[in-house]
Amino acid sequence: MTYKFSKVTALVGYYGCGKTNLAANLALEMSKSGKVTVVDIDIVNPYFRTADFKDEFKKHGISLVTTEYANTNLDIPVLNFDIASISENSDYVIIDVGGGSDGAAALGRYHTVLEEKNTQILYVFNMYQGLSAEETAQSMREIEHACRMKCTALVNNSNLGTMTEPEDILKSKSFEDELVNITGLDVAMRCATKQMFTTCSEDLCVERMVRMPWEEI
Amino acid sequence: MKGNEALAEAALRAGCKCFFGYPITPQTEISAYLAKNMAKRGGTFLQAESEIAAVNMVLGASASGVRAMTSSSSPGISLKSEGISYLAGSDLPCVIVNVQRGGPGLGGIQPSQADYLQATKASGHGDFHILVYAPASVQETIDMTFTAFDTADRYRIPAMILSDGLLGQMMEPVVFPDIKAQITEKPWSCCGHKNERKHNIINSLYLCPDELEKSVRDRFEKYREIEKTCTDAELYLCDDAQIVVTAFGATARIAKSAVDIARSKGIKAGLFRPKTLYPFPKKELNNACAKAQRVLCVEMSMGQMVDDIKLALECRISVDFLGRTGGNIPSVKEVVDKITFIGKE
Repeated sequence: MTYKFSKVTALVGYYGCGKTNLAANLALEMSKSGKVTVVDIDIVNPYFRTADFKDEFKKHGISLVTTEYANTNLDIPVLNFDIASISENSDYVIIDVGGGSDGAAALGRYHTVLEEKNTQILYVFNMYQGLSAEETAQSMREIEHACRMKCTALVNNSNLGTMTEPEDILKSKSFEDELVNITGLDVAMRCATKQMFTTCSEDLCVERMVRMPWEEI
Repeated sequence: MKGNEALAEAALRAGCKCFFGYPITPQTEISAYLAKNMAKRGGTFLQAESEIAAVNMVLGASASGVRAMTSSSSPGISLKSEGISYLAGSDLPCVIVNVQRGGPGLGGIQPSQADYLQATKASGHGDFHILVYAPASVQETIDMTFTAFDTADRYRIPAMILSDGLLGQMMEPVVFPDIKAQITEKPWSCCGHKNERKHNIINSLYLCPDELEKSVRDRFEKYREIEKTCTDAELYLCDDAQIVVTAFGATARIAKSAVDIARSKGIKAGLFRPKTLYPFPKKELNNACAKAQRVLCVEMSMGQMVDDIKLALECRISVDFLGRTGGNIPSVKEVVDKITFIGKE
């Protein structure tokens, strides 16, 4: 892929747009060229989170910083990370943020240190979530307000899960253009699974790492 | 779409005009979605002061003739049970959503199916039943929400969508059916008579035992009709199945993957998935088990559906059980291992 990673990258977006799956994929990609730490600050959704990939990350030497009670029955939104020292000790930091503006509020707590680190705030979207381009942009503005920072680029992660066909990804180009027009932001990357990568020649090859219990053999 | 949001959108499209709820994980997205969208679509959303208040508001709204819904998760449904009984005793249609989490007590927030008995046998005090639908995908959650509203209206009976923390939180591609809500006239409703007709009374209190007995007996006549016409089930590879796995909801998808693997190993396995838990699809189960020598019931509970399976089969076939609880989900491997073990017995 052509996108150049900055030292600290935060992924924000609407609920279920694929931030966690993208964070896991980016971590694996970045781990080829440096020490990666994934910081999970999702305090709105106790399900399907980066903490699920603990073992996979360990194999690749990726550090995971998550809330003490992630993946337990205790549903309490507590954040006690020192992002500044985490970034001192890593070549790359990926921050996986909770969905929507509620999730982005947690990121706002760190806005001073994140601005100092010139953090890339990537707005991830999946056009198949039923929002129009204008509604998607509106969701982005709400997120920016909540996290007290501006998004720096877009990530087109349009897909229909296991039912995605190459044309579904190609079809997202016009939605993407519309969103670029409204927001004035560039597209940092487009995502596609390995099977579709050659067909679509997109920027980032992603694997579906968030899996359902019936897909685990 | 996320399971909970898809359910909420389906309710709006099915003509639900009133929603009353109270937040609880893993159900909260239903309330959150409706809080944002209900007023825009001509309905009323209200976050009540408690689950008990919410279900009684549903009673009032339903009595006035509109489609009404409430949702909660396991401990909140226990709080609603008095109201559910009053709704049933007043012959009022409504939809109640239970996005189940682990119990008993406060339990946990991870998925569970341990409210099967509560939903099908003990959703409140007194002689009554409610319809119970058990979706296994986000798409089916949508489809069953439409069915629940329609059937509840047709029979003047509360209907429950028995979801769980997994179905509510997961994302899947969905298609909303291109159908208009079937809103029927409700001549029994208390919507203002303008002195043009006799006033209607919605009530579950009967001072005379004979009158109460008659109203309960009439209601049970309705249940007989419902048991004949409203059952639904999925039968997968059951024609020649010697081992039939029974499972509902999200667990059935795990069981289906296990059945496929068992088949690839030469074991004649099949899946029976009840889509309605009340009325229980007894006839469909017996069809699924025509060639079965063994039945394996898989659940996210300590085996709450096992007795219904045994009763429906009149104990002709030995029923084994595999379950996880406490928020744990059975793995495909666990189910395959159990099928293989049974197959060798």
